[in-house]
Amino acid sequence: MNLISLNKIKLGYNNNIVINNLSLNIEEQDFICIVGPNGSGKTTLIHGILGLLPLKSGNIKFNIEKTQIGYMPQETAVDSNFPASVFEIILSGSLNNHQNFYSEKTKEHGEEILKLLGIKNLKNLSFSELSGGQRQKVLLARALMATQKLLILDEPSNNLDQKSKQDLYKVIRNLNKKQKITIIMITHDLDHGNLIGDKILSLHDKDYFFGTTEEYIRKVHHE
Amino acid sequence: MNNLIEMFSYSFMIRALIAGVMISLSAALVGTPLVLKRNSMLGDGLSHVAFGAFALAIALNLTPIWIAIPIVIIASFFILKLNSNSKIHGDSAIAVLSASALAIGTFIVSLTGANIDINSYLFGSILSIGNNEVFLSLILLTIIITIYIIFHNKIFALTFDEKFARAIGINTKVLNAVFAILCSVLIVLGMRLVGALLISSLIIFPTLSAQTIFKSFKSVTIAGAILSIIAFTIGLIASYLLSTPTGATIVIVNLFTLLVLKLLSCLIKE
Repeated sequence: MNLISLNKIKLGYNNNIVINNLSLNIEEQDFICIVGPNGSGKTTLIHGILGLLPLKSGNIKFNIEKTQIGYMPQETAVDSNFPASVFEIILSGSLNNHQNFYSEKTKEHGEEILKLLGIKNLKNLSFSELSGGQRQKVLLARALMATQKLLILDEPSNNLDQKSKQDLYKVIRNLNKKQKITIIMITHDLDHGNLIGDKILSLHDKDYFFGTTEEYIRKVHHE
Repeated sequence: MNNLIEMFSYSFMIRALIAGVMISLSAALVGTPLVLKRNSMLGDGLSHVAFGAFALAIALNLTPIWIAIPIVIIASFFILKLNSNSKIHGDSAIAVLSASALAIGTFIVSLTGANIDINSYLFGSILSIGNNEVFLSLILLTIIITIYIIFHNKIFALTFDEKFARAIGINTKVLNAVFAILCSVLIVLGMRLVGALLISSLIIFPTLSAQTIFKSFKSVTIAGAILSIIAFTIGLIASYLLSTPTGATIVIVNLFTLLVLKLLSCLIKE
């Protein structure tokens, strides 16, 4: 089933068009890695999908509620010295425009997510005391509080060492395969993108590539 | 002790204490998201705008407070708008606005010769606070506390990561606008306390002090509010006992609190 359909969308800033005429379908349980060099429009694209940036033309058809889309920004988007406890951050993912307070059920759900990601021990720690890998898991947990349907992750492995990266990828892969969560993930790390994503959207040149990981590998070898 | 009893036997001192506690508490609460979003200079910029507005009102023989509040609110929206516009950085926008407002205010004062009240708006005149201002401070504090109780979690989400808050459907524009209005009213009312030049310190210091010891948003908010009230009360009493300017004394007590807590946190870390 199609969750999101992009139809000839155009995105950019002022007169600078970054994404031009892109069409694709995101299906249930897809694991899509978005790859491309800096400035190719990876983050611009997900901001467009999330409604943070207006489309210049084209349209996006959603077969899910927008509140069912979870978002994990780049780690650099948040201040690592911000005085916030891990649980404060995670619970904030459950908010929406109509909800102001956390019910007991929401708090229990938060505990379950902490357990699912193996970070129960971090619950009462301050965000500033965490390592890079732990911070990424906390931001992932916050995105999971918003939804367990579709997650959009913006370079979750940025600034992580090899071990933390593998650890985080394992968690994300499990979310896709075991929890059946659709994942769209931006990555610079093509080796790992190849390993964990089922589909690849490449923004390397203006005639975008979108297909399975195997097709992408064949295409790259041909070139 | 006798001095203290004498101090609070004056009705103007009681008014100063009540209004001061309410304004300090309001400033600390409004200040937490401002400081943590690295928007501390907003208060400073708006206080200069308020000075310009007061000068204009006095020159036109109008009630200063009712002229200053709408002008400062408009200025705060203007800064918010510029902040979201990547062409001009927020700090430049605030600098341009505050320098211009201060210059216009001084210009009007020198042209019209109205100088007595302007001086008290620059450096504060807490002891001349009237019942009207006590009442307005009470309304402001009630509104701020109500907003905090209802929207505390959303204020956190907005302060920690505005883009995420927008992505999950929180109306960040409305919340930002509400804070800009509260900040504007607070600055206009608070100028009587410590003056245009020092009012932003009431917004900034409590959160900075609380942040040195406390590490969650909730604890920083509560500790900042408590520290703000304590610093104001000590400052007011000290200024009476030492015959020093009240506004400056309150700011010095806040500075002293920050330095002591910073030292303590360094000692704890070691």
